[in-house]
Amino acid sequence: MPSLKEVRSRITSVSSTQQITKAMKMVAAAKLRKAQDRSMQMRPYAKKLSDILKNIVTNSEQAASSEYMDERPTAKVLIIIATSDRGLCGGFNSNAIKAAVNAAKEKYASQLEAGNVTFMCIGKKGRDFFLKRNYKVDAEYAEILAKLSFEVARNAAEKVMLAFKNKEYDVVELVYNEFKNVATQVIQVERFLPISLNLSAQPQSTSKLDLKKDEPTDYVFEPDQAEIVTQLLPKTLKIQFYKALLESNASENGARMSAMDKATENAGELLKELKLTYNRTRQAAITKEILEIVGGAEALASGA
Amino acid sequence: MYLEIVTPDQKVFAGDIVGVQVPGSKGSFEVLENHAALVSTLENGNVRVNEGKTSQNFLIDSGVIEVKNNKVIILAESAKKQ
Repeated sequence: MPSLKEVRSRITSVSSTQQITKAMKMVAAAKLRKAQDRSMQMRPYAKKLSDILKNIVTNSEQAASSEYMDERPTAKVLIIIATSDRGLCGGFNSNAIKAAVNAAKEKYASQLEAGNVTFMCIGKKGRDFFLKRNYKVDAEYAEILAKLSFEVARNAAEKVMLAFKNKEYDVVELVYNEFKNVATQVIQVERFLPISLNLSAQPQSTSKLDLKKDEPTDYVFEPDQAEIVTQLLPKTLKIQFYKALLESNASENGARMSAMDKATENAGELLKELKLTYNRTRQAAITKEILEIVGGAEALASGA
Repeated sequence: MYLEIVTPDQKVFAGDIVGVQVPGSKGSFEVLENHAALVSTLENGNVRVNEGKTSQNFLIDSGVIEVKNNKVIILAESAKKQ
């Protein structure tokens, strides 16, 4: 049986750990709310944008064309992967990383062998993983999660889009955790570039929202429909990118929240057991002492 | 006439206005009451919101404007009040 002192120090250490995990859970909950607020704020913009785009694409006879729809033979691939900056969030990071590596190995095996698959990591955890394993990494925007806003996300998205336009990459994939609820994250692997046509007719950001059919309005288009589509497509791309980051951010905090909740619970159980051991040991020590005293007294009495 | 200026981060302006002057791709123009339905892309520049007695200026970074039934929506990637 462990000594009283050992048990006591274990109890203190476990309960202070429990306090930490409890605090982390609370922080994650607050951050989760903030992340959800941000995606709520983005929604009106995304919805309006896709409404306008949809309106034009469905009304115009000519097929929309854009340099972002350029389908080329796939030689160079960029995989954008959204992870977190910190750990302690359950399987969040490893799931995303696994999905990205699998996507590279399955879909782009030959390109991977030729060293033409680059991983663009958003979040320190992903960056560290891919750097350690000598993958080709673009880590310029790895640390934007600390103060995530559309402003920063836009720069990253613009860089990717420019690289695609300059034929530095032929396909861009986006890997992130989609926020389903606090306890569940769903890994998403989606193609970011080139845009496929049905995607532009039904922009992703509103797929879940119910789009009411408005009365067709006779709009004046300036400069003209095609030009507006070419201008709007990059905007929807940036929104798609930003949305993925927001989803990932919300998932991260949800995952951390449930991980820390579990940890707090486990610490509570451990504490219960330790307290039992502590009391048992204490009781045993007392019994032993009484026995010793009684034994001593007996010896004295019989000696006298 | 009702105007909203929306960016992905926030709603910068929402309220009733008299007119709004925007930097259209083919030149600056102003939208007043009962303007025809319109969709236009916008350049980087200044959006002047006329609220009758007062006016406000916003610096926007490439956007798009939609006018429909006296409701104006300006979508911009960023908008700073000046």
